[in-house]
Amino acid sequence: MSSPRANKTALSELDRPNSYIGKVVPRPNLDRLLQGRGLYVSDMELPRMAHVVFVRSPHAHAKIVAIDTSAAKRLSGVIAIVTGEELASVITPWVGVLSHLKGLKSAPQRAIAIGRVCWQGEAAAAVVAASRAIAEDAAEMVAVEYEPLEAVTDMRAALDPKTPVIHASLGDNLAFERVLDAGAVDAAFSGSDEIVEVEFVFGRHTGVTLEPRAVVADWNAAEARLMIYQGTQAPHMVQNIAALHLGLEEAQVRVVCKDVGGSFGIKVHIYADEMATYALAKLLRRPIKFVADRVESFNSDIHARDHRCRGRIGVKRDGTIMAFEIDDLTGIGPYSMYPRTSAIEANQVVNLVGGPYVTRNYRARARVVFQNKNVMCQYRAVGHPIACSVTEGLVDLAAAKIGMDPVEIRRRNLIADDAYPCASPSGLRFELLSHHAALNKLVKMMNYDQLRAEQAALRTRNIHRGIGIASFIEVTNPSAAFYGVGGAKISSQDGVAVRLDAQGSVICQTSITEQGQGSESLTAQIVGSVLGVAMSRVRVILGDTDQTPYGGGTWASRGAGIGGEAALQAAKILRKNILDVAAAILQSLPAELDIADDAIVNSTDGAPRIELRELARIVYFRPDTLPQGIQPELMATRHYVPREYPFAFTNGVQASWLELDTDTGFIKLLGHWVVEDCGTLINPQLVDEQIRGGVVQGLGAALFEKCIYDERGQLTNANMADYLVPMAGEMPDIDVGHVVSPTAESELGAKGAGEAGTAGAAAAVANAVNDALKPFGAIVTEIPLTPQIILSALGRI
Amino acid sequence: MKASAFSYARANSIDNAIELLAAYGDGAKVLSGGQSLMPAMNLRLLAPQLIVDIGALAELRGITVGGGLMRVGALTRHCELLKSGAITVHAPLVAEAIAHVAHPAIRNRGTIGGSLAHADPAAELPACMVALNATIIVRSVAGERRIAAADFFKGIYETVLSPQDLLVAVEWATAPDNSAHYFDEFARRHGDYAIVGLAAQAVVENGRLIDFRPVLFSVGDRPQLIRAAASLVNVAVSPAQLSQALQALGEELDPPEDQAASASMRRHLAKVLLARCVSKLLNRPDLNAGGSV
Amino acid sequence: MTASLSISLLVNGERVDAIVLPRLNLADFLREHLKLTGTHVGCEHGVCGACTVRINGDIVRACLTLAAQSDGASVETIEGLSDSGEIADLQAAFRDRNALQCGFCTPGMLITAQDLLTQEAEPDRARIREHLSGNYCRCTGYHAIVDAVEATARRRRERMP
Repeated sequence: MSSPRANKTALSELDRPNSYIGKVVPRPNLDRLLQGRGLYVSDMELPRMAHVVFVRSPHAHAKIVAIDTSAAKRLSGVIAIVTGEELASVITPWVGVLSHLKGLKSAPQRAIAIGRVCWQGEAAAAVVAASRAIAEDAAEMVAVEYEPLEAVTDMRAALDPKTPVIHASLGDNLAFERVLDAGAVDAAFSGSDEIVEVEFVFGRHTGVTLEPRAVVADWNAAEARLMIYQGTQAPHMVQNIAALHLGLEEAQVRVVCKDVGGSFGIKVHIYADEMATYALAKLLRRPIKFVADRVESFNSDIHARDHRCRGRIGVKRDGTIMAFEIDDLTGIGPYSMYPRTSAIEANQVVNLVGGPYVTRNYRARARVVFQNKNVMCQYRAVGHPIACSVTEGLVDLAAAKIGMDPVEIRRRNLIADDAYPCASPSGLRFELLSHHAALNKLVKMMNYDQLRAEQAALRTRNIHRGIGIASFIEVTNPSAAFYGVGGAKISSQDGVAVRLDAQGSVICQTSITEQGQGSESLTAQIVGSVLGVAMSRVRVILGDTDQTPYGGGTWASRGAGIGGEAALQAAKILRKNILDVAAAILQSLPAELDIADDAIVNSTDGAPRIELRELARIVYFRPDTLPQGIQPELMATRHYVPREYPFAFTNGVQASWLELDTDTGFIKLLGHWVVEDCGTLINPQLVDEQIRGGVVQGLGAALFEKCIYDERGQLTNANMADYLVPMAGEMPDIDVGHVVSPTAESELGAKGAGEAGTAGAAAAVANAVNDALKPFGAIVTEIPLTPQIILSALGRI
Repeated sequence: MKASAFSYARANSIDNAIELLAAYGDGAKVLSGGQSLMPAMNLRLLAPQLIVDIGALAELRGITVGGGLMRVGALTRHCELLKSGAITVHAPLVAEAIAHVAHPAIRNRGTIGGSLAHADPAAELPACMVALNATIIVRSVAGERRIAAADFFKGIYETVLSPQDLLVAVEWATAPDNSAHYFDEFARRHGDYAIVGLAAQAVVENGRLIDFRPVLFSVGDRPQLIRAAASLVNVAVSPAQLSQALQALGEELDPPEDQAASASMRRHLAKVLLARCVSKLLNRPDLNAGGSV
Repeated sequence: MTASLSISLLVNGERVDAIVLPRLNLADFLREHLKLTGTHVGCEHGVCGACTVRINGDIVRACLTLAAQSDGASVETIEGLSDSGEIADLQAAFRDRNALQCGFCTPGMLITAQDLLTQEAEPDRARIREHLSGNYCRCTGYHAIVDAVEATARRRRERMP
């Protein structure tokens, strides 16, 4: 790992004895997960709990003519069958728009549809019963009379005058359009020696969290309080929205997350069936449990990345990239998702294309259109995979056009490492990135020249391997610029409260949340380091709106950078408070003391003076022995919000090395490399593992994953045998390296890393495939890269 | 995804099982390994009244060899086939094919009887039975029947079995000393259903195929013995002859079009498999040069 | 006649007598009747591996097994394998290598990995990947899991006389 590049003060608080910052330590409290003794919401049982199953539309678009629940209601064990009309008295509809996305429009969406269903899988009624099995039996007996309507299922036709408008009140099927014109694009293309234009097609896909979405909602009518147990990434957001739509005060709603079996953004959104579950709990005055089964998950978890993007690049013979231009079309569902909207992904694509490169000439149009398919919204890395695949695909095609090596063209066009701070043509402000250092490191790690030699030698034996490179930038640590400015009650700040307990152990409460990435660990590592306390004596509480400061939660790779900084600052204050008391007890000065190994020590020679355990005893039980006037405070809270940069950009580069069987179209992934610069690394192993997990999601997108809809809007592969997720047998080992450019905005200097792997992996694979296909003159710009697509490109079928 | 309600009976003898099947007809389903039945029931694609669990019937287990015949009880688990010395020696085609079936946990439960009765066109064992010229032994209250594997499979999930029938065993002639076999399939991920697969049993002598039974699976609604392969038997196969056979194979096949592959893709992959098979069996790398397909 | 039946079986060495509906699968029986929630449900069609348990020493999918079928059997879940210490070294390797993130696939992954390690003393990485190819993980991308299993295999070999 290269030494930190800037900001000499950034690590001052962290260069302490026995600091955990930068150390590989095991995450605390893994034993419960290793022993199967975690508590996931899908495990939860409460007294009198009932189960809800939703009667879901088999049609992509249909009028609900009538719902006959009489037979179903008579089934033993059925508690209630509730339609949209009945639920509307308990919960209000919502609209997924944000004011800063100018022109974004969407229709009101209800917890359970009334009068019309707009995608195959939308809930038309809810069955509540004593068990899931009985509820499913009853759901089969609910007779819904549908009148099918014409469905909008081809995004390319969504704006045709002949295509039905899904929501008449909106006038057309255009949810959002954004255009950008920077520099002098037409002149740039005129001045280019070569121009490449292709259409990139991306398969719609979905998160497939292993634990499906699960909610237990419990309305205690006597307390007038709603408990929501839900594996959400943003509990305060859920608290706000549940209260708003159920007519409650936020103080009447408590959201508790428990262990979460995977999220990746899937569980950061507001779902109609989950809102219906809250409403049913209030209506029926008992706990209601909803766990989506796998088929339901495919049909109702948000989908993502359904894009068709025309891309154009102009290049000079000397490798100078003159301009980028895109025209992106994405087909979402019939509603923009709430509250983060389904326009963010396309907006990000416009923001991010061309990001790593110096060219100032960039023009873009993105249109988001409604369809009668499942809803679509933010999923790990959001628009980055699209933007990166388009950008890096165009760069490689330009390189091929002028006969230049793909690494060389990047060397000539990536923003220089000493050019910062600077901004992209789309207005993104970069504080400090390291594209060249990262590329140099990557080339060394993968032994690029040797792989090229191997590729050449094997080609003579009719064995076809390819190398693909993908540079990328990554949005992390978002400020209110993402959602808050648009009116969403999504907090962009986070807080940590930290205290010394009566035995000298430390308790932290943090508003970031844990889904397995290591939020608990990074908090404990930071607090332990700053306080000089062993991590084993630091307990972290998170995922509970009653028990933590108010905050945004974990999403958009913000946990480490924002939650970590809040932990650092709170721990600093607590340390000062402890040293003030210690100085009083020891008749010394705070500057003469330090904390190390759970004890107050001399800052000069490290000699222990008094154990924290003893100090705590005195403070809590014998304050009579303290000097006059001292009011010890062994608890501190600090919040942190990024103020200078709207996003803390990170950068990285990835490479894929693969072999392609030209007889069968099958691809074997031989290796994958990532160099990532995410600033200060709190726990390098956790960062690397986030990157690896993210890469494999990108590899899944590149080769396997696609939600296959037919022309009637039916999702035809809604199960795990037909929707292909990456499994161990096909995935390569992934080598990860780092450059470190801390952000100067925070003392911790950490940026985010959770999504970087997913941002660039598919682009690297696609470039590697096209590299392998070079001798055949075939180019593929569609993912997933199935054997069928490869064989077609080769003309073999 | 909870199954609909049903009744459950654990058969205590073969007679007990077939009596229950006779009584319930198509309202009953046999529970053997359950690895295909249970997913279908959890998805509510099937909702039988009665499940007849034959798992306790020791008479349906066992792999025996004698008199030139190998007999495998219907309840023999895939993992048992994989570990069986007798299978490795006398039916290596099966041993190789089984390694492609799903995953260890599935193989610990799935049975040969279940696989054959379920008749998934993409399954490995049905094709192996046709390649081995196996006989499938069935019992009902009407008595015992013996059906040639080639006649057993009728369509997608369709066999000659009636709801009253219980598949009890499979038999085939043990492989002669000069026999050879070939097995391969193209699947997107380890253990997935094949896009196209080939199971072949052969006798090779002096660089020629004396006997050759190549059976494709996942190219239609049932395992398909390649008729076009007849032109490759008892000849010194030349690249031109192989090319012609592949062409004829393309015309012989009428593959389905689905999410996994188009018809032309299946045709193409089937040809690749046959070419690789012949090349490997005859130890003739020249026959597998790319471009012959 | 969809009447309940009585079953008697061993679960983690403990004798359990229960009355169950025929349609109750083993995963739901363990989770809901015995409150052993370490066996997870991810797909209910046998593909994801989250529900993997051991029956009479063999790994199986609990979602594809009826509780009724398990009468007379000896079932072991992740809780039992943990309490007996049988996989303590494997669990430690997972912890040290961070071969789990959300933990939902982990019980099934551990039981399947242990199944491999009891059959083969020196599985290489490809063999480990092959044996785990029926266990879905969305968080780790598998690399760390392979590392942890490989390291455990190596340590067990080193401990052998």
